[in-house]
Amino acid sequence: MSNRKAGYRALTTHRLFWPVAVLVVMLAANTVYRPGFLSVQMRDGHLYGSLIDILRLSAPLILVALGMTLVIATGGIDLSVGSLCAISGAIACLHISRQPDQNDLGGVLTALALGLGVALVLGAWNGVLVAVIGIQPIIATLILMVAGRGLAQLITEGQILTINSGPYKAIGVGHLLTLPLAIFLALAAATVVAVVTRRTALGLMIESVGGNARASRLAGIRSGRITFLVYVISAACAAVAGFMMTANVSSADGNAAGLWVELDAILAVVIGGTSLAGGRFSLSGTILGALLIQTLTTTVYAMNISPQTSLLFKAVVVIAVCLIQAPGFRARFARRRAPAAAPAPVSEQPKEQVPA
Amino acid sequence: MTTLSLMATRTWSRLPRRHVPVLATLVLLLVLYGVGVSQYRAFSNVQVVFNVFIDNGFLLVVAVGMTFVILTGGIDLSVGSVVAMTAMVSAFLLREGLPAALVLLTALLIGPTLGFLMGCVIHFFDIQPFIVTLAGMFLARGMCTFISGSSIPITDGFWTRMSQERIGDPSGNFVSISVLVAFVVVAVAAYTLAYTRLGRNVYAIGGNPQSALLMGLPVGRTRIAVYTISGLCAAIGGILLSFYTLSGAPLIAVGMELDVIAAVVIGGTVLTGGSGYVFGTVLGVLVLGVIQTLITFDGSLNSWWTKIVIGGLLFAFILLQRLIGIRYK
Repeated sequence: MSNRKAGYRALTTHRLFWPVAVLVVMLAANTVYRPGFLSVQMRDGHLYGSLIDILRLSAPLILVALGMTLVIATGGIDLSVGSLCAISGAIACLHISRQPDQNDLGGVLTALALGLGVALVLGAWNGVLVAVIGIQPIIATLILMVAGRGLAQLITEGQILTINSGPYKAIGVGHLLTLPLAIFLALAAATVVAVVTRRTALGLMIESVGGNARASRLAGIRSGRITFLVYVISAACAAVAGFMMTANVSSADGNAAGLWVELDAILAVVIGGTSLAGGRFSLSGTILGALLIQTLTTTVYAMNISPQTSLLFKAVVVIAVCLIQAPGFRARFARRRAPAAAPAPVSEQPKEQVPA
Repeated sequence: MTTLSLMATRTWSRLPRRHVPVLATLVLLLVLYGVGVSQYRAFSNVQVVFNVFIDNGFLLVVAVGMTFVILTGGIDLSVGSVVAMTAMVSAFLLREGLPAALVLLTALLIGPTLGFLMGCVIHFFDIQPFIVTLAGMFLARGMCTFISGSSIPITDGFWTRMSQERIGDPSGNFVSISVLVAFVVVAVAAYTLAYTRLGRNVYAIGGNPQSALLMGLPVGRTRIAVYTISGLCAAIGGILLSFYTLSGAPLIAVGMELDVIAAVVIGGTVLTGGSGYVFGTVLGVLVLGVIQTLITFDGSLNSWWTKIVIGGLLFAFILLQRLIGIRYK
């Protein structure tokens, strides 16, 4: 009896319990609403179904959120990822559109390298502002968030650049081993980040910089370098996500590509249990958070609610998850529930000690 | 270049350092205006200045509210959506045939209520303002489209009168009523920050919340108050915007929070809180307005240059604050 209760408590207090619970509830609601929701079909050698769709569409968000997780783990924040998505996508599309043969693989690879290169430079700019000049992260990246949109529009000259390139399109909608290629890209990125941060000391260093940058510098960690690095990683992730977004629609729109993705990414990270204060991070939580947000969006589409109204649901979910995870909120609940079990013996002790 | 640095050193010796960013913004504003006047003959027309106020009156009001929040070291991302929601709600209620006074009251109550709730969540549950106001932003924007997916025109007599009323001198220069409302808001806010207990508390909390708490200042009450004030300012801004456009559109003022934050920072308010003035925010909004006017006058430059220039200015001002050694965490 008590064993089961302890197990139950361990389950509900696990940091990923609530996100998983919300995700399961949402999937269940979808299945009730549309019985065919969970079915996955084989068509033309590819798997199709709502679940596969959710995975494919959440790939860019997972990528952006991975980079964001590392940035937030150092106690920073990167608001510029949406603009970086737009810039890298715009550069890649511009380069491809100028090729004589848009299906040429070499040209596409050069375009990707160019886009990634520019994103790395801009990530380094963010990193220098935060790590070297010491500007507050939210403001340092706000600069590029505002100016970056303008740069993306400058690159596309305010137009929507449309391209017709098979290899580039494959990044967004191509298939590999019956599953969308985007899923593998996101998985590969997640694996690389996980291995690099959890199998080496890098993850620990990132967490220690987030916990206390000064103390970790005194302990011999080059905090500045770590901080610089996470912004570059975040930019690289954003660039790949930008390729996916533009490849999905085969066009680059400096205004709309990656709009508000930074907010979704921050939400995914927070829902996944990474504290905005820095000092610890959970990659699996982030991926779960990204899936949760994409499931929410898909659910809203499937239920024929206008996409903008989905923001309403997003707000409710965010507040609910944040409140449940907030120590202050939990403490209030615990206080109300506690008298039944724990405090009785505790309150006895000080009374005995006072006369002695 | 040398004259600038000379000027800077001279001002340093006479003025406290926290005044330097505001003065720099003032200098920048005058330089921008001077460039405009020297390049385009029509720029020296007084009406150009008035138009900057008319076009940016609502931005000014919202930026004043944001100044309060940023002074306490917080941030309010919901303002743009609250502006849109207020305009949307008033357009919807007017279409339903409610009297203008009642609509005005309702619309002005929604913003502060949302702000109050967000402030309570931030204070009592200790969740970062960033996330809470982000949720508030989604909520308000979602409410907009929930009310209507398309824009609602306003035909009410009071609204059209407020929109078309021109207060001017005999030579034909005029301002709209919105500008007067914005000035009143600025004056009240400046007085509140400089001469009232609430204003002192706001600066104290921004300087160091722990010290403020140990001094016995009402940290929680003040923190909730600033988000309520920001909500109220956003609501007033929304009403002014609906005067300006005579409609409520679900996607209006998207991304406005960035302009507002940029205006406040360019106006010299430090984002970690504790230092800044409403007057600086006014200058910041004017700088944004004059840049837009310059780009409109030029004609050959495209609208995205506005964003790039604002980004560049943000960088320059943050660097300036850093160089003159205003505390940055």
